[in-house]
Amino acid sequence: MKLFQRLVPWILLAIALFILPAALDDFRLNLFGRYFALAITALAIDLIWGYTGLLSLGQGIFFSLGGYAVAMYLMLNTKSLAGGNGIPKFFENYGVEQLPFFWQPFWSPVFTLIAIWAIPAVVAGVVGWLIFRNRIKGVYFSIITQAALMVFFHFFNGQQKLFDGTNGLKTSTSELFGELVGSPDMQAWFYRLTVVLLPLTFLVCRYFTSGRFGDALIAIRDDESRLRFAGFNPVPFKTIVFLVAGALCGISGALYTVQSGIVSPQYMSISFSIEMVIWVAVGGRGTLVGPIIGATVVNYLRSLVSEALPEAWLFVQGALFIFVVVLMPDGIYGWITKGGFRTFLAAFGIAKKAKTYPQLDKEAIPVD
Amino acid sequence: MSMSEPLLELNDVSVSFDGFYALTDLSLKLYKGELKSIIGPNGAGKTTFLDVITGKVRPTKGTVTFKGKSLLGVSEQKISRDGIGRKFQTPRVFENLTVLRNLELSASPEKNAFSLLGSGLPQSSKDEVHRIMNYVGLTPFATVKAGSLSHGQKQWLAIASLVAQAPEVLLLDEPVAGLTDEETLRTAELIKSLAGDHTVVVIEHDMEFIRDLGFDVTVLHQGQVLTEGPLEKVKSDPRVIEVYLGPPEQ
Repeated sequence: MKLFQRLVPWILLAIALFILPAALDDFRLNLFGRYFALAITALAIDLIWGYTGLLSLGQGIFFSLGGYAVAMYLMLNTKSLAGGNGIPKFFENYGVEQLPFFWQPFWSPVFTLIAIWAIPAVVAGVVGWLIFRNRIKGVYFSIITQAALMVFFHFFNGQQKLFDGTNGLKTSTSELFGELVGSPDMQAWFYRLTVVLLPLTFLVCRYFTSGRFGDALIAIRDDESRLRFAGFNPVPFKTIVFLVAGALCGISGALYTVQSGIVSPQYMSISFSIEMVIWVAVGGRGTLVGPIIGATVVNYLRSLVSEALPEAWLFVQGALFIFVVVLMPDGIYGWITKGGFRTFLAAFGIAKKAKTYPQLDKEAIPVD
Repeated sequence: MSMSEPLLELNDVSVSFDGFYALTDLSLKLYKGELKSIIGPNGAGKTTFLDVITGKVRPTKGTVTFKGKSLLGVSEQKISRDGIGRKFQTPRVFENLTVLRNLELSASPEKNAFSLLGSGLPQSSKDEVHRIMNYVGLTPFATVKAGSLSHGQKQWLAIASLVAQAPEVLLLDEPVAGLTDEETLRTAELIKSLAGDHTVVVIEHDMEFIRDLGFDVTVLHQGQVLTEGPLEKVKSDPRVIEVYLGPPEQ
């Protein structure tokens, strides 16, 4: 059983890498690639919310920054998308003749690969540090992150001359290594890349949540001021995890963009950032497996429901969220690991009841 | 530092919350190795007194110095690292961490985020954690989450965490609130065992416990020191009786 448990992650990885691509058609495989990309965002949110108690409603910012970074690179480096003066065609619609200065570095693939995670990380680090050092916590933190999200949304949405505004940047018709990004072959590679990066993200999050650093995060979540009296300054801890989460969201956004074929200001809509939080709540926050389950299950369900009854999805999502909050406060994964099915059986009087307080079974209490 | 210089000194400290004075011109000295109990009726300013020392509340007026350096405007974590540790009135432990991890976090000699990422706890700190855990009888509960401990065990874990932090000055706010008689007795033993290396201030209501400790007593009333001295002397002071029992009937 122990051996089996240790093999589970490898089995899952093998299924994702070899069985799913064989079993699913191109369209479905691409959808799963997107789910796994979103799971990276879910892990990032779990790191800051599930472990550290920072409920950010603005992770869409970092997600989109990663998406725009990769899209700008692809737009620049695709000849078929270039207009008369060698820059992306959409600029002509707005009479822009010269490439805006901040587009320039995105000619470089190396710069882009760094920018995808580094730009969101820097933005998250600076914003986070300013918020945390002023001891802004709880619901005020959530409000500020949401306000920041709206600022970014309106900036990207309104600036046609810089980012093609509300149209967003389309990547599916761009080219990479001489091949169309939207082609099935290319998409299969992005799928594999996502399947490799998701477990790596898992390991990154595990690195930050284990050991005394992770204990300090939980301590911040449960009683931040008490931690100060133990001699720890919570600000660097919070800034570090917020920065890491920003970087991970950037990577996630880039992977999602190339697989969905577009990045647009819609990725910075308020509802999308709230959905990200719902994935984590549904899967099980405070665990590293839960968010992956949550992001995959909710988004798979969304695809199924949207195909059958396009109008019904929002109702289903709302119902799912209420169901989980009321009946599974620890999410799907928490429900499974903490008795899960047994609590169901117990509700009907079928399950065996524990005879004593669980601790007493394990260790004898010394009597002195 | 000469022996005559106080370790911790409050001079004319006033704290006002929107015009209500929690402390009024309070002056108090604490010498190295001193053991002190502070009593006083509700609202006497006992907890505010600790808030001022630990940096939680900034006084409206007056000075607070520790080892000759002002503590005004210094952050809670800095004061804690400088050697003043505090146990809160309600036992504040990290409920989702196990007993062992609660203690290890407090015992961590490194308080910096980056150093916590890099290295494990040094063996000497681990040994110390096990010694303290054993002393307070929490070893069988090492892997139990602190949230599922009983109230008394939480009190001990809170005290043990404070000891693991290895501060020079221990400020204990109501360490035996809600404990059974036997637990109270054991807590008194534990606190007395800290004497010598540490400077200890205990705030309590429980007179039995104060007597068990045998520390000198300071009585606070309306944000000021009413009187100081051994318990028996303080108890017979008519002003103290009046404060606790109301004015004598004519």
